[in-house]
Amino acid sequence: MPATRALVLDGVFAFNGVMSDVPPLTALEVTVDGVARATPATPESSLDDLVVAVARNRDRAAFAALFERVAPRLKGYLMRLGAGASHADELTQEVMLLVWRRADAFDPGQARAATWIFTIARNKRIDGIRRARRPEIDPHDPALVPDRPLSADMAIESVEDAARLRTALRDLPPEQADLLRLVYFEDQPHSVIAKTLGLPLGTVKSRLRLAMDRLRRAMGETR
Amino acid sequence: MTLDPKSPAHHPAHHPDEALLLDYAAGSLDEPTSLVIATHLALCPDCRRVVAGHEAVGGVLLEETAPVEPAAGALAALMTLLDEPAAPPPVDASPIPSAPILPRPLRDYVGGDLGAVPWRKLISGIDVHDIVVGSAPNRFKTRLMRIKGGVAVPRHTHEGFELVMVVEGGFSDGGRHYDRGDVTCSDGEVDHSPVADADGGCVCLAVTDAPLRLTGPLMRLLNPFVKF
Ligand SMILES: [Zn+2]
Repeated sequence: MPATRALVLDGVFAFNGVMSDVPPLTALEVTVDGVARATPATPESSLDDLVVAVARNRDRAAFAALFERVAPRLKGYLMRLGAGASHADELTQEVMLLVWRRADAFDPGQARAATWIFTIARNKRIDGIRRARRPEIDPHDPALVPDRPLSADMAIESVEDAARLRTALRDLPPEQADLLRLVYFEDQPHSVIAKTLGLPLGTVKSRLRLAMDRLRRAMGETR
Repeated sequence: MTLDPKSPAHHPAHHPDEALLLDYAAGSLDEPTSLVIATHLALCPDCRRVVAGHEAVGGVLLEETAPVEPAAGALAALMTLLDEPAAPPPVDASPIPSAPILPRPLRDYVGGDLGAVPWRKLISGIDVHDIVVGSAPNRFKTRLMRIKGGVAVPRHTHEGFELVMVVEGGFSDGGRHYDRGDVTCSDGEVDHSPVADADGGCVCLAVTDAPLRLTGPLMRLLNPFVKF
């Protein structure tokens, strides 16, 4: 299988190496959706489990393992988005510190840990590289219109979703995959990307929509 | 779900283009446009789900990012910081109103709820308040507009892009009706003239990225000071 597979395996080895002298994580039998999750058997569940261990027990070994797994990706992400190596180290440290401090805000019933960490890293780079504020909703705002009750088939983001999502990303037509990566890694909105590439705005919009439709289908969702 | 736009559980019917939601989720959207999107998200659980999906893609892309080895000693240095107390959160000067009209984050940028907005009259029937977004001057104009019931915004086209969200009341434009939370996006091709609802008018949040041209017969006169 292609490169992504190798990255996943890397993750497993890093995880095993660091966690070998740490007692097994037992505190994660059941998640809010009532489904038993495997203890660190797959790289996806273990990342979630590490954050949960940090939240529940202020577990430094789990945090160190999390760092080994995540920090190199964070640094790569921040450098890809324009930070120099030492600035990227600095920002990586700040992201990981937020992960430590906010771990109890992580809800494995809502999203995967990788997704949660992505949002922290994204906001940190907007603040640290672009020097702008990030307007965000406040979940406790009385003006917030509450979520619709979830029906049974509207599953939350799960480990299985991530595996399917990875496959779907790999299988996107190149012109969709390339555009999507530009949106995530160039700090430019699609309108600017369209201009830069000399593509009609409508073409860019429809390619992105097609890409997202495919990825949503992979996650078992339709808009 | 209730259809009464005045109900707190009302869900918007007109949403931002998915590409804008994707820009927002990826973190590539400018701050003024992000403010409109985030304000819409506060009122739209459907778009929040869409953005959550985009963030899940971000999570996978982060995991697949080519790794770069952190500087030597980075983990050890980090571990020594874990016990340091976090900086106290910024004191929230403005108390949370019990039933705010302006959702966060818009309320933060305005510095209070709708009642606190220091309106200035633009033309008869239309008041505006410019919102400062970002520390550096930029090509965007971010503003709240209050349009009296039945008043039509002067006919205009856009050279650039305009994103409008209804904050209170509603308006009609081109045969469509927009209520609280509804978003409409227009570009250079659209020549339009929105009309505020007769009962109660309309308050909108608007972001434009280029000055607009007024196309009605009288509007040339107004042009020097009607800069939406
Ligand atoms: Zn929406």
